[in-house]
This record gives sequence, structure tokens and C-alpha cells, in this order.
Amino acid sequence: MMNGSTAQQPGLLSGLIATIRRDLLLAWKRPGDVLNPLFFFAMVCTLFPLAVGPSAEQLKFSGPGVLWVAALLATLLSLNSLFVSDFEDGSLDQLLLSPQPLPLLALGKTIAHWLSSGLPLVLISPLLAMTYHMPADIVGVMMLTLTLGTICLSLLGAIGAALTVGLHRSTALLSLLILPLAMPVLLLGANTVSLAAANDMYLTGIWALGAYAVLALSLAPYATAAALRISNE
Amino acid sequence: MFIRESSIGTECKALTAKLSANGLTLVRGERCLFEGLEFALNPGELLLLEGQNGSGKTSLMRAIAGMLSLEDGEIFWNGEPVLRQRQVFHGSLVWLAHETGLKGDLTLVENLEFERVLRPQSTRDAADIFERLGIARLQRLPVRFLSAGQQRRVALSRMLLADVALWLLDEPFTNLDRDGRELVIELVEEHLASGGLCVLAGHQDVELAATIRKVCL
Repeated sequence: MMNGSTAQQPGLLSGLIATIRRDLLLAWKRPGDVLNPLFFFAMVCTLFPLAVGPSAEQLKFSGPGVLWVAALLATLLSLNSLFVSDFEDGSLDQLLLSPQPLPLLALGKTIAHWLSSGLPLVLISPLLAMTYHMPADIVGVMMLTLTLGTICLSLLGAIGAALTVGLHRSTALLSLLILPLAMPVLLLGANTVSLAAANDMYLTGIWALGAYAVLALSLAPYATAAALRISNE
Repeated sequence: MFIRESSIGTECKALTAKLSANGLTLVRGERCLFEGLEFALNPGELLLLEGQNGSGKTSLMRAIAGMLSLEDGEIFWNGEPVLRQRQVFHGSLVWLAHETGLKGDLTLVENLEFERVLRPQSTRDAADIFERLGIARLQRLPVRFLSAGQQRRVALSRMLLADVALWLLDEPFTNLDRDGRELVIELVEEHLASGGLCVLAGHQDVELAATIRKVCL
């Protein structure tokens, strides 16, 4: 055994925090990667009413669904680049070879991904909801479901991104891998907002989404770490 | 107490370190790259992996680091299988490969700031290290503005900033000028003299004052 090796090792949380900080710094220095999915989200949500027509009744009815589908697709679009640049420049090797637990580092990257793609999406959603004549109290419910939903999608998507990291142009494969896991999120999210709009019992949906997010938070980092080890062989 | 922490502590660590392997077999696709490979490396010794391009030097290196699963055989660190103490083993090695592992958009300092948390830190002064590697005046530039050789020098600073016993260097001379090569050899010699271990893959002959063990692939 090596003398004093444990005393010199940095703490567990420092790896997590450093990963989040580095990825946010990278996102700040290269804003295009963050803005692309956001523009996509905004474009789909604003083009849809133009194509369907200005009938308030119809827009109110389809609003939650459109916002949620657009949010899901925008998140999938942004997931592809989660590990690819690390893989290409060799910093993934450095992460894999660090004494810090890989699930924590993967979680750090996922949190940074959510902060730079999921959170902005939630924040601009009220603006877009106005196009669909959504009442103010429903907008709150929608933001809450979108927050929980994008957390789920970032966590689940990280598994898919880790599995496909060595493959080129793998966006389609990644989406295919993630969709079965993302489907409950979409159904719960969109339906909860619709139920809230119809003044029906919507709390169940929020609890279910929250439970799904907690489950993903506790399991996904381990799966992501294992997937990274496999695909970096 | 304090003395042990600061100076002797690092030397003790290196002196007890030992890397060995037996019966290593690696198959990639249809090809068997090596079979029944064995080596033992003591403190202050260098393991030189020789072979032509595509002979499996990098694969062996990745297998030693634990990034590739072997068909057969085991690698031991201080007599314990590496797979059973991955965290300890990873905490005592530093990896330098063809890809530098640096983020082009970040500056040298920002890059190394992140890596600091990944490994135990040496007591060496960072400014001295940059000075010695000839990268002190590049600190404020994003790494992508540096030349390939300069980037390689930045990657080399990883070895000096971390206080670890085992250096894994895959083709460390790539893109370096003559001064750079001599610098790498000098650093390796110093590391070995202080009781460290080094595994080096390359096609050129390396002349060192230390014991060199060779593995031909």
C-alpha cells in the first residue's frame, strides 16, 4: 500500500464541482452549442401556430403537446455532443483514469448539460406559451413539469450519449435508444399540463414525474459510467 | 510528522511501487496482438514498448491502464490485481497519449485547474514547471491557438503537476523539437531517479541512465 495516498487525494465532491464548472465554462466560451437547441425549440413552437391557424380554441388544446414534443426533440438534439468532444480530444481518457468515482464525474457532466440546455429551455417556455393562449396558472404547472422532465431527459440521454460516443453521426441511433425511456416523460408531462388546463386532477402527474426524476438521478450516473467504460475500449 | 508529509512521503510512495503482469493476451477483432506477455517493473525502471505501427503498443498501454479488457492474464500493482483496486491504481498513474486531453477553448491554466482535482498534487510550484517546459508565456492563450508541439508541452506539465509513481507515456516525442525530446528524457530520468516507474511506447531508441526493460511486440 502506498503511504499517505488517501490523505493527498482531493475530496469526492470536488470532482463533481470541477466537472460542472469546466463544462459550464466551455458552454460559455462556445455559446453556439447551447443556443442551437434553444432556437430549435423556439422555432418549432412559434411556427406551429402559423401553420395551424390562429383559432384560440385549437391552440389552447394543442399547446401543451407541441411545447413538450419540441422540448423533447431539442433535448435529444443537444445530447449528442455531451461526450463526443471529450472523446475526440482525449480528455475522456483522463476522466476514466482518474481516481475520482466515474459516476460522480458523469453526473457532473449531466448536471452541466441540464444547466446549459434544460434550464434555458424552461426559462423561455412561458414566452412561447403565450402564443398558445395559456393562462398564467397553467404556465406555472408547465414550467414545473418541464423542469422535472428535462432533468429526466438529461439523465437518461447521458446513458445513450455514453453508449454511442465512439460512433460517428449517431444522433439517430441515440434518439432510438433513448425514446423508449423518454416516452413516459413525454406522456406524463404533456398530459399533466392538459389536465391542469381542464381543471382536472393534475398533481398525480407531477408526483409521478418527480419520482421518475429521482429514479433517474439515482441510477443513470452508474449506467452512464459503465457505458463510458464499454464504449471507450 | 510534518517532515513525512512534505518530502519523504512522496519518496516512500514511489519506492514501494511495483508493476508486474503475467500471461497477458489481447485479441482485437480477428487478430491476436500478443499472447502470454510478461513483465515486472521495479522502482526506478523504465519499460520500453517497442514495435512497428499497428503492433499493439497503444493497446498494451491502454490495457495496463485498465481501459481495455484483456482476453487473459492479469496486471498487478504492488502485488495486488489492478482490477481489484482500480481507484488506488488510477490515483497513482498519469497518462499521456497521442491526444493531449486538453480543451482547445480553455487556457492552459483553466485546463490544468480542472485536472488538479483528478490526481494527488505535487508540492512543486506550477510557475516553475511552466518555466521549465517553456510554456510560461502561453498561459493566457486558449490552447487551440498553440502549435502541436506547444500543446504537447502543456500535456507534459500534467506529469509534473501530479505526484504519482507511474508514468504511462504513449509516443511522448510526437511533434516535439530536439529540445523537447531532450527535456522529456531529462524528466523521465529525474522521475526514475526518485524511484518512480515509467512505461514508454515509441519506435525510437531511448538512451537513459536508468535500467530499461524492453517488450517487443
